[in-house]
Amino acid sequence: MNWSYAQNIITGLVSLVKGMQVTMTTMLTPSPTVEWPSETAPLPPRFRGHIMLVADESTGFARCIACGACSRACPSNCIQVIGEKPEGVKKKSPTLFQLDFTKCSLCGLCVESCPVAALAYSRDYALAGPDRQVYSSMDLLTGFASPLTEQCHEL
Amino acid sequence: MMITEISILRTLLTIAGITLVVGINAVFVVWLERKVAGHMQFRLGPTEVGPFGLLQTVADGLKLLSKQIIFPSSADTPIFILAPIICLIPVFVALVPVPFSKTLQAHELDIGLLLVIALGLLNTLGILLAGWGCDNKYALLGASRAVAQILAYKIPLLLCILPVILLAGTFSLREIVVAQQESMWFAFYQPVAFFMYLIAITMETNRSPFDFAEAESELVAGFHTEYSGMMFSLFFLAEYTYMFLASAIASILFLGGWLGPILPGPIWMLLKIYFFLFLMMWFRWTFPRVRVDQMLTFGWKILLPISLLNFLITAGVMAVL
Amino acid sequence: MFESETAPTYHLETVEDNQFVLNLGPQHPGTHGVLRVVLHMDGEYILTADPVLGYGHRMQEKIAETMTYTQVLPYMARMDYLGALSYNQAWVCLIEKMCGLEVPRRAEYIRVLCVELNRIASHFLWFGAFLLDLGAFTPFLHAFADREKILDLLESVTGSRLTHCYFRFGGVGADVDDDFFAGAQAFVDHMRQHLPTYHSLVTGNVIFQERTKDVGVILPFETWGYGLSGPVLRGSGKQYDVRRSEPYSIYPELDFKIPVEQSGDCLARYLVRLREIEESLNIIEQAVAGMPDGPVRSKVPKIIKPPEGEAAMAVETPRGELMIYLVSDGTKVPYRVKYRVPSFANLSIFSHLARGQLLADVLAILGSLDMVIPEVDR
Ligand code: SF4
Ligand code: SF4
Repeated sequence: MNWSYAQNIITGLVSLVKGMQVTMTTMLTPSPTVEWPSETAPLPPRFRGHIMLVADESTGFARCIACGACSRACPSNCIQVIGEKPEGVKKKSPTLFQLDFTKCSLCGLCVESCPVAALAYSRDYALAGPDRQVYSSMDLLTGFASPLTEQCHEL
Repeated sequence: MMITEISILRTLLTIAGITLVVGINAVFVVWLERKVAGHMQFRLGPTEVGPFGLLQTVADGLKLLSKQIIFPSSADTPIFILAPIICLIPVFVALVPVPFSKTLQAHELDIGLLLVIALGLLNTLGILLAGWGCDNKYALLGASRAVAQILAYKIPLLLCILPVILLAGTFSLREIVVAQQESMWFAFYQPVAFFMYLIAITMETNRSPFDFAEAESELVAGFHTEYSGMMFSLFFLAEYTYMFLASAIASILFLGGWLGPILPGPIWMLLKIYFFLFLMMWFRWTFPRVRVDQMLTFGWKILLPISLLNFLITAGVMAVL
Repeated sequence: MFESETAPTYHLETVEDNQFVLNLGPQHPGTHGVLRVVLHMDGEYILTADPVLGYGHRMQEKIAETMTYTQVLPYMARMDYLGALSYNQAWVCLIEKMCGLEVPRRAEYIRVLCVELNRIASHFLWFGAFLLDLGAFTPFLHAFADREKILDLLESVTGSRLTHCYFRFGGVGADVDDDFFAGAQAFVDHMRQHLPTYHSLVTGNVIFQERTKDVGVILPFETWGYGLSGPVLRGSGKQYDVRRSEPYSIYPELDFKIPVEQSGDCLARYLVRLREIEESLNIIEQAVAGMPDGPVRSKVPKIIKPPEGEAAMAVETPRGELMIYLVSDGTKVPYRVKYRVPSFANLSIFSHLARGQLLADVLAILGSLDMVIPEVDR
C-alpha cells in the first residue's frame, strides 16, 4: 500500500466529515420557515398584486377619468376601459374597467402611465378562484384600493 | 418440525409481528427521513398531520392506496406486478431470525446470518425485474446499474462480516450477540470492518451517495419510474424495511444488539437501529451522488482490498492466539 | 428492438444496432426546463447528443417589433428570468445610447447594486441546481435560504421577486431608501460569513471533486469558436467580461476582479461562479458606500422615438454576454431587434462535450453550462 493511496482516503474522509458537520449544524439551528397560513411573512410596501383603482376621497368613486392611457400603455392588452361623461360633471368617469389578470405581467406600466394616479397595486397575494373567468375579466369598479396601497403607486 | 397448534400459532404471530414492525417502521422512518431532511435544509418537514406531523406517512399511504395504478401498455404485466413483491417478500422473511432481545425473536436459526445475506440478494432481482418489466429506458438503465454494482459491494460486505463470525464462532444472530456479552462490542475489535460495513450497507440499500439505481436527476426515478400508486409504495416499503434490516444486522454484528445498561433489550436494539438509520439519512442529505464507475472503482479498489486485508489480519491473529 | 418500438422518430434513421436512443427531456429533472436532448448511447456512454430546441419559443424578437420601446421592457425579464435585471439594464442602456438620454449617477449606482444582487441570486440558483444534478439535495436549499434574502431585498425595491421590471429609460422606476442599503450591506456581511460553509459542504467534498474534476473540459482554443461567454468562458482561462472589456454604466469606477480558472472543467466553472459571488459582494459594498444623492430619473420624452439607425449594447448577465442589436426606423416601434443570448451560445458546445461521456457526466456538464431554457428558446 503506498502512501498517497492512504492519504487520498483520509483527506476524502475528512472532507466528508466536514460536509456532515455543516448539515448537522444546520439541523440544530432553528429553521426560518414561516408557517403559512397560520403565520404570514410581511409584504414589502412596494408589493405588486393585481392592479386596482384608487378611490377619490371626496366622491368615494374611482378617481379614474377613463382616459385610456393605461390601456394603451399595457404591453399585454389586458385593460379595457369604457367611460362616459355623466350629466353636469366635467370629468369622464369609467362605466367599465376590466382587467384580464391572466395576461397581466405585473409590469406596472399602466400604473405609471396614469395621469391622475388612479391605479395602484393590491396586496392580494394568495389568489385562487373557482374558474378562469374570475381572473380573466376582473371588474375593478367593484372594489377600490385601500389608502395603504396608494403609497406605492409611484413605482 | 411437527405441525402443531403451537407452531401454527407461532407462525401467525410471527407474520403479524413482522408486519407490525415493518408497517410502524416505515411510517416512522419516512417521517424521520423527512424531518431530518427538512431540518438539514432550513426547513421544518411535515408538521400538519398529527403531532409533529407524525401521521403524515399514514396520510400519504392512504393517498397512494387510493391512486390508480397505471400499467404501461408495453409493459410485461406479470413481471411488472411481480417486481415490487419480489422486492418486499425477502426482506419480510429476512426479519425472522433477527433477535430483538434474548427471547424476543421470531425464530432462532443457527444459520440466521447466512439466510439474511442470501435473502438480501433477492432485492436486486426485484429491481432488475422492475427495470425490465416496465419497458422504460430509464428504468432499464437504473436496473442495469443496480445489477452492475452488486458484486462491488456484496463481496466487501461479506468480507466485513467474516471477521465477526470468526470472533463469535457462529452464524446464529443470537449467539453473535451473546458472544459480545462476555467481551466488548465487536465494533471495538473490528473498527475497520465496522466502518466498511457501514459503507457497504449504504450501497446495498441503494441509498445516496450510491443511489444511482434511482438517481432522480439522471434517470427520472430509475427502476420505479413507471410505478404509481400502491405498487410504488411497495418499493418504498421494501427500501425502508431493507434499511431497517441492514441496520438491525449492523447493530447485532457490531454494536452488541440488545445489550446495554438500564433500558430493556428491545429498546436498546431499536435505538441502535435508528442510530444507523439516522446515519444513512445524514449521508443522504449531505453528499452528492457518486458516478457508477466511481462506485465500482471504490468498491473494487478500496473497499475490497481493505476488507480483505482486515479479514486476513483477523484470521491470522485468531490463529496465533 | 427497443429503438423500433419506443424511440422518437427524430434521427431514427441513423440508429444502428446496439445503440440506445434516450430522449432526455423535454420533461426531465436534469434539463432544467423544456430542453430536449436526443442521446444515442452505447450502454451508459454517449455517442452523440443533440439538443432539440424550441419548446419554449415565444418569438420574443418578433413581439418586440410590435411594441413600443417602453412596452418591450417587461418582456426582458421573461427571457432570462434569473438575470432579469441584467436584461432590463441591457434594454434601457441600449435605448439611452440611441436617444442620448442622461442617466443620473444615483440611478446608475442603484442599477449596478440591483444587478449584482440579481447576479448573486442567479448564481445561487445555479449552484443549487448544479448540485441537484449531481444528486445532492441539501446544498440546493442552503443556497435558496440565502437567495431568499436577496429576493426579499429586491422585492422591497422592485415589487416583484423574479421577473423584475424596474429600470426605466433615464433612470430607475423609483428611489430606494436607506433600509435597502442597510439590508444590502447586512447581506454582504452575512454572505462573507456564510460562504465558507458552501465550501465545506460542497467544494471540498471528495465526491463532488471526483464528479466535476476533468469532466467536460473546454479547451481554451475552442471557446471563441463556439461563442462562449460568461463563467463558461472564464472557466477555460479566458479573461473576458463585458463589464471590463466593453465597460458600461459605472463599472469602470468600481474595483473588482474577473475570476478566471485555467482547467476548463466543470469544477473550474463552479469555482469561477463562486468567486464571482465574492466579487459581486465587493461591488455591492462599494456601491452602497459610494451611493451618491440626487434624482433617480432624468427627464425623458414620454414617447421614445430613437433616431433612424442601428445600435447594439452588450452587458454581462450572470450567464455571459448578452447583446441586443436594434434597428430603428425612427418610429415608436422597433424595426428589428436581435438578442444574442449567452445560454444559446453556451449550449452549442454541449454536443461536443457530451460525446463519449457517461450519462451522469453529461448531466453534470449540462448543469455546469448554466442554461436558462426560455433564454435559449426566446
Ligand atoms: S401591470 Fe402591466 S401587464 Fe398588467 S395591466 Fe398593467 S400594464 Fe398591463
Ligand atoms: S390611465 Fe388612469 S385615468 Fe386613465 S383610464 Fe387608466 S386608470 Fe383611468
